[in-house]
Amino acid sequence: MSYFLKRAAFLFPLLLLISVLAFALLKLAPGGPFDKERAPATAEIKRAIEAKYHLDEPVWQQYLRYIGGVLQGDFGPSFKYRNHTVTDIIAQGLPVSVALGGMAFALSLGIGIPLGFWSAARRGQWGDYTGSFLAILAVCVPALVVGPLLVMGLAIQWRLLPVALWTSPAHVILPTLTLGLYFSGRVARLMREGMLTTLHEQYIVTARAKGLDDTTVLLKHALRIAILPVVSYSGPLLADLLTGSFIVENLFQIPGVGVFMVNSSLNRDYPMVIGLVLLYATLLLVLNLLVDVGYSYLDRRVKYD
Amino acid sequence: MPTKPNALSQLLRAFCFSPPAPLSGGGKSRSFALRAFCLLPFAFCLLLLGCTRSDPPADLVLVNGAEPDSLDPAIISTQTEMRIVKALFEGLTRLEGKNATAEPAIAHRWDMSPDGSIYTFHLRTNAVWSTGQPITAEDVVWSWRRALDPMTGAEYASQLFFIKGAEDYSTGKTNAATGKPFTPEDIAVRALDPHTLRVELIGPTAFFLDLCAFPTLAVVPRFWIEKHGDRWLLQQPVPTSGTYTLEFWRLNDRVRLRRNARHWDAANIRSELVDFLPIKSSTTALNLYETGAADVIWDKNLVPNELMDVLGKRPDCHKFDYLGTYFFRFNVKRKPFTDVRVRKAFALAVDRQKLVNKITRSGETPTSHFTPKGMGVYEPPDGWGYDPEQARKLLAEAGFPGGKDFPPFHYLFKTDKLDEQVGVELQEIWRKELGVKMELRAMEPKVYYSAQSALDYDLSRSSWIGDYNDPNTFLDMFMAGNGNNRTGWSNPAYDNLIRTANLQTDPKKRAALLRQAETLLIRDDLPIVPLWFYAGVNFYDPKKIEGIHANLLDEHPIHTIQKQK
Amino acid sequence: MTEEAAASESLSPNQRAWRRFRKNKFASACGVLLVTLLGVILLWPALSSTTVAKAMPGFLSTGLHAPNEHSPELFAPPSGKHWFGTDIHGRDIFSRVIYGARVSLLVGAVGACVSLVIGVLWGAAAGYLGGRWDAWLMRVVDVLYSLPSIIFVIVLITTLHGALDKLQSAGKLTVTMRDTAKFVGLFVGLGAVSWLTMARIVRGQVLSLRTRQFVDASRALGATHTQILFRHILPNITGIIIVYLMLLVPAIILYESFLSYLGLGIQPPQASLGSLIADGAAQINPIRIYWWLLVFPCSVLVSTLLALNFFGDGLRDAFDPRGDR
Repeated sequence: MSYFLKRAAFLFPLLLLISVLAFALLKLAPGGPFDKERAPATAEIKRAIEAKYHLDEPVWQQYLRYIGGVLQGDFGPSFKYRNHTVTDIIAQGLPVSVALGGMAFALSLGIGIPLGFWSAARRGQWGDYTGSFLAILAVCVPALVVGPLLVMGLAIQWRLLPVALWTSPAHVILPTLTLGLYFSGRVARLMREGMLTTLHEQYIVTARAKGLDDTTVLLKHALRIAILPVVSYSGPLLADLLTGSFIVENLFQIPGVGVFMVNSSLNRDYPMVIGLVLLYATLLLVLNLLVDVGYSYLDRRVKYD
Repeated sequence: MPTKPNALSQLLRAFCFSPPAPLSGGGKSRSFALRAFCLLPFAFCLLLLGCTRSDPPADLVLVNGAEPDSLDPAIISTQTEMRIVKALFEGLTRLEGKNATAEPAIAHRWDMSPDGSIYTFHLRTNAVWSTGQPITAEDVVWSWRRALDPMTGAEYASQLFFIKGAEDYSTGKTNAATGKPFTPEDIAVRALDPHTLRVELIGPTAFFLDLCAFPTLAVVPRFWIEKHGDRWLLQQPVPTSGTYTLEFWRLNDRVRLRRNARHWDAANIRSELVDFLPIKSSTTALNLYETGAADVIWDKNLVPNELMDVLGKRPDCHKFDYLGTYFFRFNVKRKPFTDVRVRKAFALAVDRQKLVNKITRSGETPTSHFTPKGMGVYEPPDGWGYDPEQARKLLAEAGFPGGKDFPPFHYLFKTDKLDEQVGVELQEIWRKELGVKMELRAMEPKVYYSAQSALDYDLSRSSWIGDYNDPNTFLDMFMAGNGNNRTGWSNPAYDNLIRTANLQTDPKKRAALLRQAETLLIRDDLPIVPLWFYAGVNFYDPKKIEGIHANLLDEHPIHTIQKQK
Repeated sequence: MTEEAAASESLSPNQRAWRRFRKNKFASACGVLLVTLLGVILLWPALSSTTVAKAMPGFLSTGLHAPNEHSPELFAPPSGKHWFGTDIHGRDIFSRVIYGARVSLLVGAVGACVSLVIGVLWGAAAGYLGGRWDAWLMRVVDVLYSLPSIIFVIVLITTLHGALDKLQSAGKLTVTMRDTAKFVGLFVGLGAVSWLTMARIVRGQVLSLRTRQFVDASRALGATHTQILFRHILPNITGIIIVYLMLLVPAIILYESFLSYLGLGIQPPQASLGSLIADGAAQINPIRIYWWLLVFPCSVLVSTLLALNFFGDGLRDAFDPRGDR
């Protein structure tokens, strides 16, 4: 418990540090938010825009102004979408990304864990090879390829599902599959490995030697420890998935925040980048904390002090 | 082997039901944690219920290209934005859909002084905001002053510079008469009464009525903008002056418009609900269109060029000439491109027809001149066509026979598949014809734009889309000091020709002056090499969709378009 | 366990492992496949050089093309002349795949090595030292993980490119030297963003292992921390490290293609396997599919990685210190 509190207390200074670093990185990157293919009519206009968004101030002052706003709950206006504030954009996109990411997470664990378990249980047999083959295939074929192939088959050839957009539950299936399948391969590989290691543990060997039913041993005793690598991995994975996937949101034209995660950087939309970084970092730090706590629950040999 | 054949079903059972206490201690809490961890994924599935919004289907779905940065008429700068904004906010005139010429909008008629430099507009008395308030001449004055205010950040403010006092105010010049900076009151736009507006121009401007239809000059709701600031477009209901109202605007999802029942021309608005889908990927656009989820694709970037040989033959593909030029710039400040012979050699070596057939494939017109044909009486001059012999000769004269000792140089382009393909072709063409070795340098857009502005390149891919139906929209950008010049090139003779031409009232004489200027640009000095004119491509089923007409400006008023049920 | 097992046979552990490996037919087959693929990919440029090509039989030499050579056959399907077909410029896909695979595999290997060295050491140190060290080291990982990797890479690479271009135009570097340096910069950028998850996973496993009896035992016997870490803890987690490395390689290869697309990696007309796959994937549409643009690069990547994975699994099983079969 004290460990939990100590970690939680660190959240705030860490977020502050992350925002400083992200801001510094952004300022180092070449090109600014108002560099465009077509120059504004006069140099005064560009200067006026930059003055409006305080880009003419010294960098440290811009940062303090920004972080002062954030502390009051104001993440500032987007430089790219000038009628929107960062809060507007995140409020629009985050629920969508959380829903899609959550389901993809469910799917990848739902497929990955049984698949990894199955492979490990039939180690060295054809079952293992088939399971591993499928898992590695899922890892190696990028979503960039799987997505369009699923669309071609299910949405265009057989007209079962819509090709893109996000308006009905039917629109959710293909993106979830594309994203979920990709990560299920990774989960399956980690699960298989965790299981193989665990099968050598003293207490599993003992339990088997006692003549306990194999299934019981594997499910009730091995799984708890075998799942640890997956648990380790699921912290960053869930943070990534909940904040959206650039590729999948692009492919299926989904109004989430994943697209902004990449595009705001490319657009040099400073407040947007920092807003998203803070969102992502909060999620990551909290999830990693939960994972670490869950870890010591699952494996009581893990001590943090 | 360690498991029974039914391991998987056992496993699933274990996920769904409580696993008994572990063998070696542990207790209930841990088994609970395990179960919770295993059930967690399935809990997420419940989110499915609340994660999609169900809107009623629209009457017309348009695939419109990249997400608009803004829907504020003063701020927008791209064609995809303008298509939406023109339906929301009208100006004194608007462009009709057949030939893209100006027709009365908020002003129902106008008088012009004999010399063509003073306009008096008479506004409709039945023109109201979609929220019911009347639209007055004061609104027009305020909207134009707002667009000219540098603090608004209107990138297209120069569209208003033909009005007396506008440029002086916008650029913050000092009034010599009073010794103070110009104020909004110095702009020669006056509301004589609520329905009469007087505009004094710096000189006769042949295309001023066309300009009045341009979004920067549209009328915007003062009371709403002053109340809500930058977020005024997100506060419902947004008062609009155009044929449509803004139903909602969700980034990366859609912009939905609804018929403006209070519009003066409401009887002729033909579709009730219109969706604009902001789509960047050409494959996604095509998929949506092919499965019937979208009715129209109307952005040239939204059709894969590789497929144009098949798609171009279909009855639902509509091609038209279009005011847009694809070209490349030389940085004339960098050796050896300081030498006009080298620039000419590079232009002469390119077989544009072959390039267009091989890469773009949409029937683009190869060109050696910069301004497209068909703009009024203007007849563009010929530049340098394909003549590899001459090219090699010029390069040799410049001191690089057969490309020998030609210094390393690069071609800058932004990350885009088509631009990359063009770059690869040009690289091969110049290697083969001139024997020079060029490096390709792809850059992400912001770096590309800033490098181009800062003249940090040797050669750079460029394109330009005309804003109005007049050669000036193509030619004035290469005047000295223009932010879009970006070549390092300037020529006082050129600047002079453009200035004199724009003060000329006789269209024929004006065209002749502009032609002289363009000859300087693409034949004598050559800071740019035009490659081809874009071909406009629209996809829609002519049996189902009515009211889209081909025209030079790719102008299609939404209110004329209708889908047959 | 290791000691007992070793005593029971007269062979050395490595010999026994090797024998076990060879018994595993499937893994051996994958090993052979892997060596063949890598051999072709690495040696092809030498094999297809003009002198060798002359000596080759006719059907082989007609299929030899340089990766950036344009031909009038645009989008030609696979044939005897172009084994994997051609693209929009009429370039031979086979040679582009081969050259692209060299780049991608190199990128993947270097990225994997960086994450192996930094990630494993970092994670192991955090897990083993525990307490305050663990907290600090892992917070560094969290912070780096939270920063937008694209901006990080953009800053790193544009700064480097700017400096290199300046040096080159000042005449202090040749074009080749500059391009090599840019390539190395790409490796550094990719490596720098890819070791973080590895550190987390290793740290998790080490946390669990460090309290085991065998660690306590060796500590009681006077082993130093380094010895405990390298001799007792890390060998027990090689499996998970290898598995995660294998997950990392395709991710790095694809990330490289994204960076290249942004102009931060390999510049056109050079290709990498990742960018060829991305180009191929863009060809999937309802009108007409140039399948060869996708199928060949994708199958080369997938078959190489599959072979690598199964080969790795086989090795891992054979060398497992607790191997029981």
